Amino acid sequence: MKKTQLIITFTFLIFIFVTLYFSLDNRKIYNTENIVGKEIEEVELTLFHSNKKFNTKEVSNYNFTLFNFWASWCAPCRKEHKNLIKLSKNKNLKIIGVNFKDNKIQAKEFLQEMGDPFFILTTDPQGKQSVNFGVYGIPETILVNRDLKILKKYIGPLDFKDVNEIKKIINQ
Amino acid sequence: MRKIFFILIFIFTGTQTFAEISTKDKILKNLRCLVCQGQTISDSNSDFATVIKSVVDDKIQEGLTENEIYKFLSEKYGDWILFDPPLKNNSYILWFLPYLLFVFGGVILYLMIKKTLIERK
Repeated sequence: MKKTQLIITFTFLIFIFVTLYFSLDNRKIYNTENIVGKEIEEVELTLFHSNKKFNTKEVSNYNFTLFNFWASWCAPCRKEHKNLIKLSKNKNLKIIGVNFKDNKIQAKEFLQEMGDPFFILTTDPQGKQSVNFGVYGIPETILVNRDLKILKKYIGPLDFKDVNEIKKIINQ
Repeated sequence: MRKIFFILIFIFTGTQTFAEISTKDKILKNLRCLVCQGQTISDSNSDFATVIKSVVDDKIQEGLTENEIYKFLSEKYGDWILFDPPLKNNSYILWFLPYLLFVFGGVILYLMIKKTLIERK
């Protein structure tokens, strides 16, 4: 009887441990799994240099598109900018900039100083449109293919490893 | 007659605004600020929380229901953004584990009492 009780208790303890181990979500706060693989939301973004609109569905005209969320006040954006310049030289890729909650004059100065890697530059002065892309903060970058499918999302500045990964994907 | 008409309009618009505020408040209290330490969107003044508050406001104005707003945000940021996540297949065991433990504890207690009573006899 004692042996049976011991086995039952032990089995139950293992069951609790396994359940908690697999069910309790210990993933990182910044997670991209909810958006990668999905189709990009249809959003109308206002162009930076005019009041015209850019519809995100237009990216189906290009092989690969990289949406980059940036601002002149963001120090990590400055850090990643040289990598965007490198990527902008690739013919298979169009970079669409989304200037996030920024001052237009300072944003222009930033681009004059650091270079302009953007094929199309849009603006999100209140940051509301960026919620459609699941943006937490900036910089963030989203790689989309011709079928409007989100292939990758990078939270934080693009580094050398990310650039190589993007190059590998777009040159396949 | 005119006075009554104005009072009715005042009451109607007032009730509607109050309902909107309480719905918004309820939604914001059930949303997690993803860039803060355990704060709700309602409590936080971070940049992220400010944007989400404004988006929730817009969605209410567009006529979306509370659940539709939760669905929209969890599609973008995952269920992690919700303090009260929906019941899903992969979380059934976790949800019902406390009840299972309660029943198991009851059975153990019953067996122990039964054993003690038999021993006393």
